[in-house]
Amino acid sequence: MKPSPFTYHRPTTVDDALLTLAQVGAHGKVLAGGQSLLPILSMRLAAPEHLVDVNRLAELDYVRAEPDGVRVGALARHATVERDGPAAAVQPLLRQGLALVAHPTIRNRGTTVGSLAHADPSGELTAVLALTGGRVTVASSTRRRDVPASEFFLGPLESAVRPGELAVEAFFPALPPRSGTAFVEVSRRHGDYAVAGVAAIVTLGTDGSVSSARTAYISCSPVPVVVDVTTSAPAAPGGSWDGAADLALTRLDLEDDIHATASYRGHLARVLTARALDQAHAAATGWEA
Amino acid sequence: MEQRLEVSLTVNGAAQRVTVPSRRLLSDLLRHDLRLTGTHVGCEHGVCGACTVLLDGRPVRSCLILAATADGSEVTTVEGLPGLHSSDPDGTQDATGSPPMHPVQQAFRECHALQCGFCTPGFLTTITAYLAEHPHPTAEEAREAVAGNLCRCTGYQNIVAAVLRAAELVRVPQ
Repeated sequence: MKPSPFTYHRPTTVDDALLTLAQVGAHGKVLAGGQSLLPILSMRLAAPEHLVDVNRLAELDYVRAEPDGVRVGALARHATVERDGPAAAVQPLLRQGLALVAHPTIRNRGTTVGSLAHADPSGELTAVLALTGGRVTVASSTRRRDVPASEFFLGPLESAVRPGELAVEAFFPALPPRSGTAFVEVSRRHGDYAVAGVAAIVTLGTDGSVSSARTAYISCSPVPVVVDVTTSAPAAPGGSWDGAADLALTRLDLEDDIHATASYRGHLARVLTARALDQAHAAATGWEA
Repeated sequence: MEQRLEVSLTVNGAAQRVTVPSRRLLSDLLRHDLRLTGTHVGCEHGVCGACTVLLDGRPVRSCLILAATADGSEVTTVEGLPGLHSSDPDGTQDATGSPPMHPVQQAFRECHALQCGFCTPGFLTTITAYLAEHPHPTAEEAREAVAGNLCRCTGYQNIVAAVLRAAELVRVPQ
């Protein structure tokens, strides 16, 4: 349970970090909060020759809440983002998802951008990025590119970040007016990986009827799936979202694993979908400018 | 030849400088290099919470941080908790002849919140940091505060009671 040997690099500027990453290429791995990477190294599921520690890149330690959305730098810890009041006001789903990430002690170290780059299918932030239609800015020594959420998650534990690149910022768009959000999940143990989890955003028209209702899933598919269930929305707040849950279930390709059968996971996804939409609908109804 | 790095950090108020392999975990630096064996290592992958220490005042899993990353930081282990609260950290003994204890340790003793004691250092550090931010927890909040730490003996009831008792003790000047 100890990592195999590696060469450690600790750049102090982003430019230096990108040069180092360019040099080590596919033999290198970025170390940010390390709350997922260190267990992988200690269990020797991975043995990179070079670790590039980005914990001294102070220029990436920021959370910026702006009218169009929230920008989160690569060194912002989950706990910092979670506690940021202006960020929660601009996009409340961010705080709702973060509150479900492991335990506070893990959130003190783990980074929001690192969690996205890790691309764990049970990672709450993957669903938040996908459902809000966010993007990740990825930099190398020669270029920067913005990758939309729909193209960022390629498979389980596989993101669009290539060797030599660093995910420097995540952008979560602001919640539209007259909208509400919710994130609910079921896990075997408090703070553990979710067996199934659902994020929802409901937006109302000026007449109070549902103009948009969408959900996103964790632990239900290799990459986060976003489902539009607007056509199955109830006519009024408090009405049943069961039809929407049935519709969403047809879009999920569930599989058995050691934690749950596909059938049980489907049951959870269905119940949680209705619950998340109901909560988001109620929040949208109480929305105030 | 494996890379070795010099790591300087402040542990329980004392400056330390050690040369370690780059793959050294902070938990192992504390236990092996500094012989501070109060920090316990249970699962070594971040699940059990036994290795929790305060890094620049915030609770973290010391098994999930490289010693090299902690270079320049301030670390408090269970051995340093009395010094956090006492004006006399070097420890004049109390009337019973016991060394001074942090209020959270005192509460654990009063409430019988430990049995084998393996998980206890992680609970003590976690709760110390929690109470600094939340001085008036409810029973439910106290349970949530320790949810990231595993105990296989107590069934948690007395640990939750100790969080509430410690909150009382922290509020009352010693």
